Amino acid sequence: MGVPAVKKRGRGGPKQTSDRTKAERKLAFLLCAPAVFVMLLVTIYPILYAIVLSVQKVDLRFPEESGFVGLHNYKAVLTSPLWWQDVFNTTFVTVVSVAIELVLGMILALVMHRALFGRGLIRTAVLIPYGIVTVVAAFAWFFAFDPSSGFVNSLPFIADDKAWFGDRGSAFSVIIMTEIWKTTPFMALLLLAGLATIDEGLYEAAKVDGANAWQRFYRITLPLLKPALLVALLFRTLDAFRVFDSIFIMTRGSQDTESVSILGYNQLISRLNLGLGSAVSVLIFILVLAIAFVFVRGFGTATPGTQGEKR
Amino acid sequence: MRRGILIVIASAALVGGLLACGGDGSSGGGPVTLRWFIFNEPSGAPQKIAQRCSQQSGGRYEIKFEFLPSQADQQREQLVRRLGAEDSSLDLLGLDVVWTGEFANAGWIEPVPASTAKIVSDKVFSSVLETARFEDRLYTVPIWSNTQLLWYRKDLVPSAPKTWDEMIDMGEKIGRTKGRIQVQANRYEGLVVWVNQLIASAGTSVLSGPKTVKLDKAPTEKALGIIGRLSRSSVAAPNLTTSNEDSARLGFEAGNSAFQINYPFVYPSAKSNAPEIFKNMAAAQYPAVDDQHPVKPPIGGINLGVSAYSKHKAEAFAATECLVKPANQLEVATLGGLPPVREDLYDEPEIDKVYPTFAQQIRESIKNAAPRPSESPAYQDLSLAIQRAVHPTTQIDPKNLDPAYDKLRKNVEKAVKREGLL
Repeated sequence: MGVPAVKKRGRGGPKQTSDRTKAERKLAFLLCAPAVFVMLLVTIYPILYAIVLSVQKVDLRFPEESGFVGLHNYKAVLTSPLWWQDVFNTTFVTVVSVAIELVLGMILALVMHRALFGRGLIRTAVLIPYGIVTVVAAFAWFFAFDPSSGFVNSLPFIADDKAWFGDRGSAFSVIIMTEIWKTTPFMALLLLAGLATIDEGLYEAAKVDGANAWQRFYRITLPLLKPALLVALLFRTLDAFRVFDSIFIMTRGSQDTESVSILGYNQLISRLNLGLGSAVSVLIFILVLAIAFVFVRGFGTATPGTQGEKR
Repeated sequence: MRRGILIVIASAALVGGLLACGGDGSSGGGPVTLRWFIFNEPSGAPQKIAQRCSQQSGGRYEIKFEFLPSQADQQREQLVRRLGAEDSSLDLLGLDVVWTGEFANAGWIEPVPASTAKIVSDKVFSSVLETARFEDRLYTVPIWSNTQLLWYRKDLVPSAPKTWDEMIDMGEKIGRTKGRIQVQANRYEGLVVWVNQLIASAGTSVLSGPKTVKLDKAPTEKALGIIGRLSRSSVAAPNLTTSNEDSARLGFEAGNSAFQINYPFVYPSAKSNAPEIFKNMAAAQYPAVDDQHPVKPPIGGINLGVSAYSKHKAEAFAATECLVKPANQLEVATLGGLPPVREDLYDEPEIDKVYPTFAQQIRESIKNAAPRPSESPAYQDLSLAIQRAVHPTTQIDPKNLDPAYDKLRKNVEKAVKREGLL
């Protein structure tokens, strides 16, 4: 129970003796050590194991036919049109859904920030979709759009027998809509937190100088919101790139809506081809790392914890 | 605090004791617990016959259930994950007819001992036994079968069509408001059933051995041509590319369809959901491709396997002998509507009550059935490859079938060699 108190005091007083700082650092390391150890155990080991599997021929159904094959599995994946098609599909879902989420999330954040009454209620209500398990949300929308059970086809201007998951365009629309519905609240809340850090005085000063609403948004809100905005974008992009649940529930990848995660699932879980499947997983991991790298290095996104520090 | 610790220790000891009892009942003298992994068949028929067999075993074994999901591919995923990890808690496995080759080749299931094999294959349809064999050896014990029939509306057509082309002509004559044809063409196992049955009924097959592709060009193109024609016809269901057994049933019950290809569960379903349509509902044989080749209807159902990692294999095989006894098969048919695997049971009067007017149709259908190419231990790859090649079926141009044929052949060849992504 004494630990947070110690930490608080440590943070509050920068002019401490160096002995004390050292002791606290040591304590901090000791307190973190178990968590770091567990993290290493549960993340590093599986990642290494996946890499080891990806350079071998391993198929659970053919236990006797295994052995080292070098980069053969990677070659098989990278020369397959299916892989590139799925990379394209995944990128498409990611870009479209994150772009729309950003706009909607920004609007929601501004509304919540300026809300005069019922703030708590509004924020809770907005969070509800994010609190629903993805599979449950995917099933809910699947049944809503299903021609035999859904309400969507009984809406005006929609054909009664429209098969939403029967062609690529409409299937993608429903999948992307589900993603947006589910994760816009996450975007909105991160942006709201960013908005709360902006000094109201700046707006007052801008108003005095005659700036209109758009200028205030473009010249004050956006630049000061950039750190929060980039973190929100980074998290959502990484998340969206691994889209699995909605596609799995709604189309299982048919109508050419397959994402790279579904492709990995098919090789690993359905075909039990652990070598090929691990190669797909490692490649997805590399793509996700690349996205994070571009955000952090290219756009200067501050990773949590370093927020506010000069880069 | 100390009391809390004591309780934890005591309960741990208790759990340990219970596990010891369950794990090694034979030395304790009590009945051995056999865990039967199977989907939760809604009628509860498996539970009933399992209870009966446990009682009749005279304290030798007691069957307990571990339920799997209702979808076949999800059942398989759970089973193979456990078997891949050599889990010894599985004894009896309820296996889909297409998994025999894969499970046997991987060494996950035990071959059926000769004495048991003799008893459990007595009077069983040869098409059913074919699904239970791998490399000329019986690996599973068939417990119930299934097959698809053609269901049609007597008020819309005078008699059932004999071939697919005849059926499409009849449907188009009635028109799309009442003449639709319901099939299964989503990208899933049901589509493989449709494709396989048409290929078999056209006089060829997907494989000619576990690792050799057959797919003779002319008959395969004929089969693909029918799929393309129906898919592009005005009487195809609007949700054709996402259709499954349930959407076909619902489409037929909605009244806009004259025909559906489906399993017998649709009959009691129509009786309770759509009595007006049920009055005119009749069953016929699965349609043929043409009048030169015999029709090869689909075959489904469940075969029982005994896990290679089970600690109670002898008891498990004894249990399979009991579970597939004629009386128990009849019980499963009566309660769950699932067709028996023994041909002689179709002479019993009870069967006519389960399948009023169409018991003999089911018998004929199972007798003539052609199994899917499940002799391949890489059946899952084959299935995915066929699904990817023909879905969406609306892309198959009946006037230019070469591209569709080449795609199917290429995919199947890759799958047999287990190469590349699927």
